[in-house]
Amino acid sequence: MRFFLESKRHILLALVIYAALRLLFSLGIVSEYIEQVVIYVFIVILAATGLNVIYGYTGQFSLGHAAFYGIGAYTSAYLAKTSGLESIFFFPATILAGGLMAALVAYVIGIPILRLRDDFLGIATLGFGILVRVFFDNSDRISEVLGGSRGFTGIVKLTNLETAFFVTVFLLLVTRNLITSRYGLFWRCIKEDETASASIGINTARMKLMAFVYGCFLAGVAGALYAHLYTFLHPSNFDFLRSIDFLIIVILGGMGNIAGTIYAGFIWVGFIEGLRIALPGNILDLRWVFIPLLLIALMMWRPYGLMTKKKG
Amino acid sequence: MTAVLEVDRLTKSFGGIQAVDGISFKVPPGETLGIIGPNGAGKTTVFNLITRFYTPDSGDIRFMGRSVTHLAPHRLARLGIGRTFQNLRLFRELTVAENITSAYLSGNRYSPFAGIFRTDRHSVVEKKAWQKAYTLMDFLGLAGKGDAPAGSLPYGEQRRLELARALAIEPKLLLIDEPGAGMNPREIRDLVETLRDVKKRFNLTIIMIEHQMGLVMNISDHILVMDFGEKIMQGTPAEVRRDARVIEAYLGEEGPA
Amino acid sequence: MEQASYILSQVINGLQLGAVYALIALGYTMVYGILRLINFAHGDIFMLGAFIAYFLLSRFGMPIYLVFLATMAVTALAGYLMEKIAYKPLRNAPKISLLITAVGVSLFLEYFCSLKAVFTPDYIAFPRPFEVETYNFSLGGLEFSFTNIQVLIFAITFSALVLLYLLIYRTKQGKAMRAVSYDRETAALMGINIDNTVSLTFMVGAALAGMGGILYAMAYPQINVFMGIMPGIKSFIAAVLGGIGIIHGAVIGGLIVGTSEVIVSAFLSSTYRDGVIFIILLIVLLVKPSGIFGKRIDKV
Repeated sequence: MRFFLESKRHILLALVIYAALRLLFSLGIVSEYIEQVVIYVFIVILAATGLNVIYGYTGQFSLGHAAFYGIGAYTSAYLAKTSGLESIFFFPATILAGGLMAALVAYVIGIPILRLRDDFLGIATLGFGILVRVFFDNSDRISEVLGGSRGFTGIVKLTNLETAFFVTVFLLLVTRNLITSRYGLFWRCIKEDETASASIGINTARMKLMAFVYGCFLAGVAGALYAHLYTFLHPSNFDFLRSIDFLIIVILGGMGNIAGTIYAGFIWVGFIEGLRIALPGNILDLRWVFIPLLLIALMMWRPYGLMTKKKG
Repeated sequence: MTAVLEVDRLTKSFGGIQAVDGISFKVPPGETLGIIGPNGAGKTTVFNLITRFYTPDSGDIRFMGRSVTHLAPHRLARLGIGRTFQNLRLFRELTVAENITSAYLSGNRYSPFAGIFRTDRHSVVEKKAWQKAYTLMDFLGLAGKGDAPAGSLPYGEQRRLELARALAIEPKLLLIDEPGAGMNPREIRDLVETLRDVKKRFNLTIIMIEHQMGLVMNISDHILVMDFGEKIMQGTPAEVRRDARVIEAYLGEEGPA
Repeated sequence: MEQASYILSQVINGLQLGAVYALIALGYTMVYGILRLINFAHGDIFMLGAFIAYFLLSRFGMPIYLVFLATMAVTALAGYLMEKIAYKPLRNAPKISLLITAVGVSLFLEYFCSLKAVFTPDYIAFPRPFEVETYNFSLGGLEFSFTNIQVLIFAITFSALVLLYLLIYRTKQGKAMRAVSYDRETAALMGINIDNTVSLTFMVGAALAGMGGILYAMAYPQINVFMGIMPGIKSFIAAVLGGIGIIHGAVIGGLIVGTSEVIVSAFLSSTYRDGVIFIILLIVLLVKPSGIFGKRIDKV
C-alpha cells in the first residue's frame, strides 16, 4: 500500500523506538509506574495533535479539548463494560466508538459555535467543557455504571504499550497525510485569511468543521486509550486544566508542527512526572508551585514554542 | 448573447449610509469594464456584493444568465468568479506555489480517504495542481519563487501572485480591485501588458476598479463612473472623457487624463 | 403566592451572587479591553482578597471599613506586580503565550497559597464581622426578605460601579484607558503613558476583585485557595455575555449569570447550575456574538 510505502522511514523509526521500549519494559529495568507514564505520553501526544489540527493548523481557538477526550474515555469504557466485550479482541471497536462519539458531539456542537472566532470561540469551548463536566458529574442519573461525581470505576486494563503506541503512530501518519493533502492546505489558508479562502472557492465553514471534528476524533481515541490504561475515570480528569495541558503542549511544540507536538508531549509530561519522582516526599507539595513558574519562564524565554526562536 | 454578469438595481447601506444605491450594469463576454469614481463612491462595495462578502439589501445579480444573489462566496468562486483585493490578501505564511495550488484544488477534488491513503486520484489531481502552479508562475514572472513564503515577496510580485491565485480557480469573470495601487509608471506599463495577455490567454471577462486613469482608459472597453453609490454614466473611454458630469464629479479634481 | 414569594427570594439570592460576579467581571472586562487578555489569574486575586480579609479580621480584629481598604490596597498591589512581572515582558509576544502565562500565574497563586507556610489547602470558616440580620417585607401578600449582607453587597457593587464610571469617563486617567483600549499604538503616539495606564487598569480591577472576595466570603463564609476558579470563569463568561470591554455590560452579565445559577439550583438541582451558564452563553453568542451591549462587528 502506498500509505505505508510513502511513510516507510517514519514507520521504520517507530519500529525501532517500539523495540527499544519493549526491551526496556520486558527486562524490568523501569518501574511499572514509569511504564505507565510512557504509555500515557503517547496518549497525550495523540490528543494534543488533535488540538494542533484544530488550533495550530486551522486557527480555531479551543479551551475545551479535554471535554472530547473525556467523551471518548467515558463512551469507550461504558461500551466495554455494559456489552461485556472487555477483551483485547473487541478493544479496537470500543476505541473507535470513543473517537466516533467525540467526533459526533464535535459535529453537533461545531455547527453553531465555529462561527465564532478567537477568544469568543475560546470562551464558548470553555463553556462547553464546563457543560460536559456537569454532565459527567451527573452521569449516574443516566446509568449507575458511569458513577457520576464518585467516578467511573472498574474499567478493565486493556491499554498496553502496543495499543497506545501503534494506534498513536498510525493516527499521526494519517494526520500528516491529511495535513499535506488539499484539506490541510485549506486549513492553513483558513487560519491565515478566511475571506481570501472563500474567494478562491474554499468552503470555509465546512473545512473548519472538518478540522474540528477530526481533531476531536483524535482526542476521543486518546480518551478511550486513557480510560483503559488507568481503569478509573473521574470528571475532574477532564476539566479546564486538562484542556490547558493540551494547549501548553501545542504551544511549546509550535503551532502547526506535528513533530514539535511529539517532542513537547514528552518534555511536558516527562517534566511533570519527573518532578514527582525527583522531589523528596516532604516538599512534593511544592511541585505545583514550581510547574507554573517554569511555565511562565518558558513563555518568556520562547514565546513562539520550544522549537522556533521567533516567528518564522 | 447572454451577458457574463448582469447587475440589477443593487443596493446596500451601512448604518444609514447608502454605499451602493440602485446600481445596474451588464458585462458582455470578453469585455473589460473599468469602474472609476472618487474614494468612498462604493466601488469596492460593488465587488463585495458581487462576491457575496456583503449581502445586498435588494437587487439581483445574474452570472451567465443564472441568478446567483443568494449563493455563498465559495460557491461563486467555484462557478467562475475570481477576484483580487484592494489590500492584498495573500496567505503570507504559505509558499508561493501553495497559494496557487490551494486555489486550483478547491475546485478539483479528491476525498479525505484519497488524501490519507494517497490513492491514484490523489496523485493525479495533486500533479495537475502543481503543473498549474508552475505554469501560472512562469506566466506571471514568478518562476523559481515557488518555495518562498508569499509574505517574503516584494510588493509588485505579491500583486502578481494574487492575480495568479485568482486565475488558478479557472475563472470566467475576474474582478480586479486597484491592481495599479502603489506601482510606478513603468510597473503600470508592465501591468497593462500582463492584463492584456491574461485576458487573451484565459478568455476572460474582466471588471476592474482603478484610480490610475492611464491604466484604466488604456485597457477598458467600457467604463462605469460611480459617485455616492450611484452610477453617473457608462460608456467607452472616449465618451467618458468627454462627459461633463464625469469631469465635474471626478476628473475635474485631477484634470482630464 | 407562596410560590411567587419563594421565586422572589431566590431571585434576591441570585442577585447577591450576581453582584459579586459583577465586581470580578469588571476587572476582567477592563483588562481584556486594554490588553485583549483573558486574565485567568483574576479569579485568584478574588481568592486573595478573601484570605487577606480573613487574616485582618481574625488576627488583628480590624474594623470592617479598614479591612476593606487594606484588602483592596493589597490586592491592587498584587495586580500591579502580576502585570509588571508576568505580563509586561510578553506584551509583544503572541497573545496565546500571554494567555498561557495567565494560567501559569493563576496556578502559581493557588498552589503557593495552599502551602501550609502561606495559607492552607483546607477550607476555613470566614469570621463574619457582624451578625446576619434579616429584614422581612410584605408587599400585597408577596413576602420577601433582605439580609444586611445583601444590602451591603448591593450598596457596594452599585457605588463601585458609579465610581468606576466617574473614573473612566470623568478623569484624565480614564480617558487614557479608553484611548489605549481603542488603539494602543495611536494612544502611545498621542503621548499617553501606556505602562502607567495598563498598571492602573490592573490595580483598579484587582481592587474590585479583592472587594468581591470579601463580600463573597461574608455571604458564603467558607474560604479555600481554589475558591476563585469557578467564580473567575463564570465572571469572564458574564463579561462576554454583557459585551466584553463594556462596563455596564459586565454588571448586567454578572447579575444574569448569578441569578440563573441560583434559580437553577433552587428549581432543578445544584449540580446543573454550571451547565445552564453555558447554554445562556451559547444563545447570546449565537444571536449576537459581540454580547448583549456589544457593537456589531462587520466582516471584510
